[in-house]
Amino acid sequence: MVFKVFFPSCCSSAESGILIGRWISGQNSAVILAVVHFPFIPVQVKQYLSEVQRLTKVSVSVLGSWSNSKQEKEESLSEFLEDLGTIFSHEPWIQISKEGNSKFWSCSTLQKHSNNPKEEEIILVYYDQRKVMLSHLHPPLDTATSADHEADDASKLSAIFDTVAKSKILFMTDRYDDGPIKLTHWQSDGVEASIIVELMKQASVPACMLLTFLLSLISGICRSRVLKFWPLSFLWSKLSTCEQLGHRLQHLQVISSNKKAQTQTQLMRKANIFVSLLIDVALGILLMSWLYRKNRIGHLADTLIPVADHVAEELQDLLQWLMGAPAGLKMNRALDQVLGRFFLYHIHLWISYIHLMSPFIEMILWYVGLSACLGLTVALCILSDIIALLTFHIYCFYVYGARLYCLKIYGLSSLWRLFRGKKWNVLRQRVDSCSYDLDQLFIGTLLFTILLFLLPTTALYYLVFTLLRLLVVIVQGLIHLLVDLIDSLPLYSIILRLCRSYRLAAGVKFRVLEQQDGKPLRLLMQINPLSYDSVVQTYRLPTYSCYPKDSWTSLCKKLFLGELIYPWKHKGEKQD
Amino acid sequence: MEERPYRSASGAPIALRCRQHSASCRELVVRCPRLQLRSLSAVTSAVWLAAYALFVLSENSMVLSAAIFITLIGLIIYLHFVKIDQESLLVIGSLGIQVTSSYASGKESTTFIEMGQVKDVVINEAIHMQKVVYYLCILLQDPGDPQGVSEVVPLFQSSKPRLDCLIEVYKSCQEILEQRKTALQSS
Repeated sequence: MVFKVFFPSCCSSAESGILIGRWISGQNSAVILAVVHFPFIPVQVKQYLSEVQRLTKVSVSVLGSWSNSKQEKEESLSEFLEDLGTIFSHEPWIQISKEGNSKFWSCSTLQKHSNNPKEEEIILVYYDQRKVMLSHLHPPLDTATSADHEADDASKLSAIFDTVAKSKILFMTDRYDDGPIKLTHWQSDGVEASIIVELMKQASVPACMLLTFLLSLISGICRSRVLKFWPLSFLWSKLSTCEQLGHRLQHLQVISSNKKAQTQTQLMRKANIFVSLLIDVALGILLMSWLYRKNRIGHLADTLIPVADHVAEELQDLLQWLMGAPAGLKMNRALDQVLGRFFLYHIHLWISYIHLMSPFIEMILWYVGLSACLGLTVALCILSDIIALLTFHIYCFYVYGARLYCLKIYGLSSLWRLFRGKKWNVLRQRVDSCSYDLDQLFIGTLLFTILLFLLPTTALYYLVFTLLRLLVVIVQGLIHLLVDLIDSLPLYSIILRLCRSYRLAAGVKFRVLEQQDGKPLRLLMQINPLSYDSVVQTYRLPTYSCYPKDSWTSLCKKLFLGELIYPWKHKGEKQD
Repeated sequence: MEERPYRSASGAPIALRCRQHSASCRELVVRCPRLQLRSLSAVTSAVWLAAYALFVLSENSMVLSAAIFITLIGLIIYLHFVKIDQESLLVIGSLGIQVTSSYASGKESTTFIEMGQVKDVVINEAIHMQKVVYYLCILLQDPGDPQGVSEVVPLFQSSKPRLDCLIEVYKSCQEILEQRKTALQSS
């Protein structure tokens, strides 16, 4: 079989020594992790390796010898290197030698107990140790769900990535350490550390504890009995601001937990939540500073009442139009006047209520605007709630119109069955024939005719108010979509993919380097980064809202029958 | 190492280059038909004529600058995301198969499939409207079922070589895949 040697590019200029790494026998490949230099005592090397093996659970062993000779190849050195093979018995023993500054190395294997004496082909694959160590290999999404954990089926590449990633402790000794072993690997010129990172790590522990304490206080208050009385709990469930605040509270709890993240996914999730919160709060504070500068919020409050008045006036005009001959249709005068006057009185009540509230609006808005510092999403949710409150009368009209229309439709359908001599059997949920008395038939037909001729009027009112309600629902839906986008976008992962693309690996790619006849095949292994939509799909944060579950046909059916529609349902709400 | 000319399914000239790096490593590169200056100038003139007609109708000079902007952006998007310059197949026995597409702007998109996942490389035929089109594809092994195929990865999708070119590529690939089978049998 073809022999594969994965050689770290940082060791290309290392002095002569022996190679340590992991031999993966199933794939006939050797992953070289470091080079141990002369002089060394074999016993100490073996001790060191067993220590590393115990700590990292990776079977690190001596794999072969590496000779980097600046002059001509010395015969004695090659014999010495072969003798080393007997001290560190490893099957097969790899010998790599580099002459001068030549790019083309000679690589050979010594097999003492081999069955076939023929020459095996050797492939030399260079890899960037630091990048492979830091990167996380993402399996394709469809195989990630399979529960196959057999080592044979595991991807060969993931074995290599695992080996390098788990041997982190091997890379902690640099050449300034006074140990008995001198190693060369990617960090052998000095372990890098950043003071800022260390300080932040130290500061994060008390900060997390403080945050956890505050959050437990807040959640204790939220869960207290005082806030659970019926009117308040109904209000909290209807306001989307409270949902959003609860969601963000959950996020804060995730970040401030003391447990270290076990897997890569958990770490990325924590980082994503942290960055998302940070950006949210930053944008919110920006919005707040824009609103409060030049007293824009005062101007906003001043224009709120005239806008509400304007909306009410427009509605009144609309009702007057409906009470006349709308679009040339001839309405039933009496019903028209009744419905029109009823809705007009409702609007009159609404306007008086708004005017009652007007002195307090500015103050309320000023304080509510302060809560934009909690985040842009909270500000958007407040906007959505204000829209809902201001258009409450449209919602009421829609409910009245829908109920009337619904009653009419049900009445019509039941009387139509009576007209044809049939009846709805509730027990068997089907239409059965039925013999009616003459007076039943007479009254039924009369009522049917009345309802039928009154249908256009009710239907028109229903249509107009449903359209208005749908408009408001669409506006609120767009705002919620934006809030969801900000909530669920994994910003940290996207920035990581942009700046350090080797950290998120979809796979590898090989580049064939210059070849020379007689020398092993030289390949360069580079990391193939994940595409942006895979990044977003893998690391999306879960949100609390679910998108309309009604398909278009069921929505149209509900509209036709006059059933009330609630297109944006939140998870956790009771579904009818 | 020499380039041999072939034709694509639609009749455009393409070229195949086969390089043998070692006994178990081969690279097959198919160069796609180049971007024609004729079609580029035709599209640009059409867009600019339409923009000029709009300008004459609306007397708004923004239309002209918008047309220039759209043409530039469209060209950049086309070169970076749509126009493929060459497609290559790198077969490394016992490591895997790597499929690369290089775009006209220099971007390369690579996929590497490990040898353990590759079941076979075959030429399939597809019936599209009134034509029968041949295409080379890699069959991926189903991890659960040793006889099953979990996925079919079609190759050379934008150059669409004809059967003669595909047979050359197929023979090269099969020589290397044969080594895998003999290695499996001997071990």
